[in-house]
Amino acid sequence: MPLTPLLSAHWDEADSHTIDGYRRHGGYESVAIALGMQPDEVVAVVKDSGLRGRGGAGFPTGMKWGFVPQGDGKPHYLVINADESEPGACKDIPLMLANPHSLVEGVIAASYAIRANHAFIYVRGEVPHVIRRVNSAVSEAYAAGYLGDNIQGSGFDLDVVVHSGAGAYICGEETALLDSLEGFRGQPRLKPPFPAVAGLYASPTVVNNVETIASVPSILVNGAQWYKSFGSEKSPGIKLFAVSGHVERPGIYEAPMGTTMRELLEWAGGIRSGHQLKFWVPGGSSVPLLTEEHLDVPYTYEDIAAAGSMLGTGTPMVFDETTSVTRTVTRWLEFYKHESCGKCTPCREGTYWLVDMLRRLQAGVGSVDDIATINDVSSQIAGRSFCALGDAAATPFPGAIKYFSEEIAEGTHTAADDLFDPVAATIFSGVSAS
Amino acid sequence: MAVTEQTREQMRETLALYPRQRSALMPLLHLAQADEGAITTEGIAEVASMVGLTDAEVTAVATFYTMYVERQSGEHRVGVCINSLCALLGGDEIWTALTEHCGVGHGETTPDGKVTLERIECQAACTHAPVMTADWEFLDDMTVSKAKDVVDALRAGERLVSSRGPAIRSFKESERTIAGVDDSLAGEGDHGDDRMLAGLKLAKANGDFDTAVSNQTNAAQAKASSDSRGAGS
Repeated sequence: MPLTPLLSAHWDEADSHTIDGYRRHGGYESVAIALGMQPDEVVAVVKDSGLRGRGGAGFPTGMKWGFVPQGDGKPHYLVINADESEPGACKDIPLMLANPHSLVEGVIAASYAIRANHAFIYVRGEVPHVIRRVNSAVSEAYAAGYLGDNIQGSGFDLDVVVHSGAGAYICGEETALLDSLEGFRGQPRLKPPFPAVAGLYASPTVVNNVETIASVPSILVNGAQWYKSFGSEKSPGIKLFAVSGHVERPGIYEAPMGTTMRELLEWAGGIRSGHQLKFWVPGGSSVPLLTEEHLDVPYTYEDIAAAGSMLGTGTPMVFDETTSVTRTVTRWLEFYKHESCGKCTPCREGTYWLVDMLRRLQAGVGSVDDIATINDVSSQIAGRSFCALGDAAATPFPGAIKYFSEEIAEGTHTAADDLFDPVAATIFSGVSAS
Repeated sequence: MAVTEQTREQMRETLALYPRQRSALMPLLHLAQADEGAITTEGIAEVASMVGLTDAEVTAVATFYTMYVERQSGEHRVGVCINSLCALLGGDEIWTALTEHCGVGHGETTPDGKVTLERIECQAACTHAPVMTADWEFLDDMTVSKAKDVVDALRAGERLVSSRGPAIRSFKESERTIAGVDDSLAGEGDHGDDRMLAGLKLAKANGDFDTAVSNQTNAAQAKASSDSRGAGS
């Protein structure tokens, strides 16, 4: 596969985050195109492009927009999920830092398509510089007449509010995000009704990921056929891949769907010098890990699923042979335990007990029963919790034991730190650490 | 200490952005924290009266979110990411070294009141691991020695510039920015580092960039001409 810089094409220009830098390369051209069409036509183009949600679930974007009832007399809302907090996911935050206008431009087309006059961008709170850049982009777009009343003389009005979260992973779950945006604790809602029918303020609402919406302008300008010429039939288009971990050149690599991990690894300079791949995680800690044998699996929703994992956020984390899989999984579970909102019992209690047992295995004082119980508890959480956070928490251990059962069983007698020197895994191993 | 009149004005401006008042609760709590360095009973009462809720209702929300802190914060909050990937790549070593260096643990503040240390979760900067933050601004590619230098500089009041962002100011000022108040610093910082540009640089070197651009240009022209034919017919 070739690299295909699209959203990241001009990040090497210092002013790529400003409206001048953005318009120098055709920015906001999609506004006239979108506003010159009927809203339903915009939905049809996005449906035809096959664009799927880039937040993790991969739901077809145009179809989601099509679920919004029309002529219902209620206000409609577009809410951008910019709460990127999934361990390993680091593509929306760089995108909003370097190219926030692509998001704002996409918000205009998407709001018009679903007949919303009010859009919210819910950014996680811990990123003040990203909040500055997005706020600044919104202000510039107002000043240029792309937002506000009667945009470009079209009669379409749109107000955009940038809203900051306050440190809760659960608010990346779309209904918890809506509760949070309404000023409540961020806890998920029972579905149905889905947000498209009863979302923000019980009105029809579309919640979309940043990268998804930022991809819409290019589809409107270049055409659905162009977008579909990349990737597979079921997973078309271009993706921001973010490769992290034990590789020579971690970073953002934008390429077509269907790119393989082997190609991504090659671009990233391979595993760091003198080391070998142990495992990799295709799209955030909430998807099962994969190994060397899966390097040629194309990065499509269907192929990664067939390999036993999920595409998720498409941001692979790469770990070499210095990594303790028990330590890695335990730390992820500590995260899920901390971030469980407490609303439902399987997730709240299950993550507590999983961490308890995993810590014993990490310390080398676990029992064979612990391993069986962890598997059992994981299967009790999966599918029985209120939202996807529980499913996510139930994923890392069963994924890991499939390939590393012997190593995990060593946790019944030897501590992870004795099996794997933690210093060897650091990027400053071999360099003077202090 | 109470919320200042200037902050009250910012609260009123924030309230006006939302179709329903309660939606402004989170930014208003950030603003209260920007004045007081913590969520205090006075701050809760101020926010509650602004949005028309009881103190208890506001407290119930504030205690749910980790960024709202109960204990008075130091002038700066320094975070070390200890989620799996950062931890493995050095975050755990950095955390241990910093706690020894500062003599304080998670959520605790150095005796001079300058630095509060905390263990933080994934900051969406895994390509730059191990990651730290100072007043929530990024500190990328950290080592043990760089981490100690960060804390020493903050405690000495020396200028410290974040990665991909502006110079560190204070926890309170970051909270005001997070609440949405314009601080005119959006242009600060160079986002184009080796990690952000890894794929782009490679694509420019191997010709993929030019291919991608011409592919797009051709597609856009073809679409525009077919659209105009469609409009004419």
